[in-house]
Amino acid sequence: MTWLLDLTPDEWNAVRLSIKVATVAMLASLPPGIAIALLLARGKFWGKTLLNGVVHLPLVLPPVVTGYLLLLTFGKRGPAGAFLAEHFGIVFSFRWTGAALACGVMGFPLMVRAIRLSIEAVDRKMEAAAGTLGANPLWVFGTITLPLILPGLIAGAILSFAKAMGEFGATITFVSNIPNETQTLPSAIYTFTQVPGGDEGALRLTLISIVISMAALVASEVLARRVGRRMDIE
Amino acid sequence: MTFLIDIGHRVGDFAIDARFESAGRLTALFGPSGSGKTTLINMIAGLIRPDKGRIEVDGRVLVDTGAGIFVPRHKRRIGMVFQDARLFPHMSVTSNLRYGRWFTPAAERYADMDAVVELLGIGPLLNRRPAKLSGGEKQRVAIGRALLASPRLLLMDEPLASLDEARKAEVLPYIERLRDETKIPIVYVSHSVAEVARLASDVVMLAQGKVTASGPTEAVIQRLDLLPAEERGEGGAVLDTKVLRHDEVFGMTVLGSAAGEIRVPRLAMKPGAPVRTRIRARDVMIATEHPTGLSALNILPGTIVAISPGDGPTVEVGIDCNGAMVLARITEQSRQVLKLRLGGKVFAVVKTVSFDRANTGAGLPLEVDG
Repeated sequence: MTWLLDLTPDEWNAVRLSIKVATVAMLASLPPGIAIALLLARGKFWGKTLLNGVVHLPLVLPPVVTGYLLLLTFGKRGPAGAFLAEHFGIVFSFRWTGAALACGVMGFPLMVRAIRLSIEAVDRKMEAAAGTLGANPLWVFGTITLPLILPGLIAGAILSFAKAMGEFGATITFVSNIPNETQTLPSAIYTFTQVPGGDEGALRLTLISIVISMAALVASEVLARRVGRRMDIE
Repeated sequence: MTFLIDIGHRVGDFAIDARFESAGRLTALFGPSGSGKTTLINMIAGLIRPDKGRIEVDGRVLVDTGAGIFVPRHKRRIGMVFQDARLFPHMSVTSNLRYGRWFTPAAERYADMDAVVELLGIGPLLNRRPAKLSGGEKQRVAIGRALLASPRLLLMDEPLASLDEARKAEVLPYIERLRDETKIPIVYVSHSVAEVARLASDVVMLAQGKVTASGPTEAVIQRLDLLPAEERGEGGAVLDTKVLRHDEVFGMTVLGSAAGEIRVPRLAMKPGAPVRTRIRARDVMIATEHPTGLSALNILPGTIVAISPGDGPTVEVGIDCNGAMVLARITEQSRQVLKLRLGGKVFAVVKTVSFDRANTGAGLPLEVDG
């Protein structure tokens, strides 16, 4: 078993980077994910079908296409990339932040789907009752809706995290495969498979990848069960 | 406190066109299902926006479609108890109770947690989760939650309709206490004559979205012709009585009323306590002379003041018993055989056993006299 943890510094960096990228991608997707899910679940507006389609695009497009579109939009010369770099100093291209963006975008439809389903399951009568007790719509959302959709939020977040841990195509297209900067676990494994004698390294990272993914799944199960028990819904 | 409703509203084929006002302690909106009661109460609460009209509570205009006024629900300070309780499942009973308090301006908070908990007898439930409560307990907590938001008006939308008889009997006394021991005016939606007769000071009767009668309960509940068909058997007179004494030997209670003494099954109430007693029209027999050799204990002398045709072979006879109105439903055949006519002197005969818990306030267990 010791050989499993006997990683080179570069491999450790890939592990750490992957966890960092996946965590940031998940956390940054949550607020827009909730907002879009709310819009899709409850909004009545022109272009709702279009919005739904756009949100689901990363799920159906080849990841390389998504990565290339990100490169066009958020790259150094892309309109959004140039604007953000100039005004906020946020640079995506060939940085780990770009990897997080690519992972977040790829996991976004999964997250929105899970949250949207849980919002649609909320009994709106509860919200009406909270309104008659004096809570304005914002308070109703914070104290009634949000706690009631917590299991869906957790499920959506874990899906996004898991997707980010495994994301390869869009990331490598958008931010390439730079050790210590954008080389996540899948990119590192890919690199190992491209060099002679890299099998052992690839296997080590593969096993680590499995362990992390399993841990995330188990954590979400435990969390969801605890929340469910606390809520005690009939 | 008065409130005024004047609403025109249309949902599909169903039109509501209702105008009424009330200054009563507990005003019942009464009518068969589909008569628009719940829609009206939801409009008062701000959950439904009426097409046109005006709603005023205690001088404050909540809705005036002509002037473009629509106060949102969270700014109305009108409490609502729903038929399905709607306790928040992710909060304990205590958190549910405290919910409305946060949003009430400190200067307008009149409801006191301890007093409300005591009033509704929900002390033992405070640390529980809503899922662990019985239907009756949920409803009591829901009432407490609405009260603790210190509302100006309390709306109750058929709070007993989804409970079985035993649970109804458990919750009813608490609603009576609420009516008698707090100052907050109540609007109570119901389709049950028994509940309305027992609880309401005023009644607004609705049918197909229109007001068919409104006024003090005693006057409205006698209009048997206006009652929904399935409730007509429950209709009758409502008498204000008080406990005179208990007959411990036979397990009865003697009530005093304008019509005379009325013997009912033993009530758990102290002498002097007021009791609203409903006498169903179908439980009243009429005798033209004082009957003898009869098991019925209540024989009330009076004068016939009204005779109106009822359903099928029946007629409804109104008897003025020394100022108290008693209604009797008899067959047309009996009327002709007895030659009943307006102004005739008769005796209204009521069996003691026809008074059940639904007819007389059974009283709270804690009020058992010592």
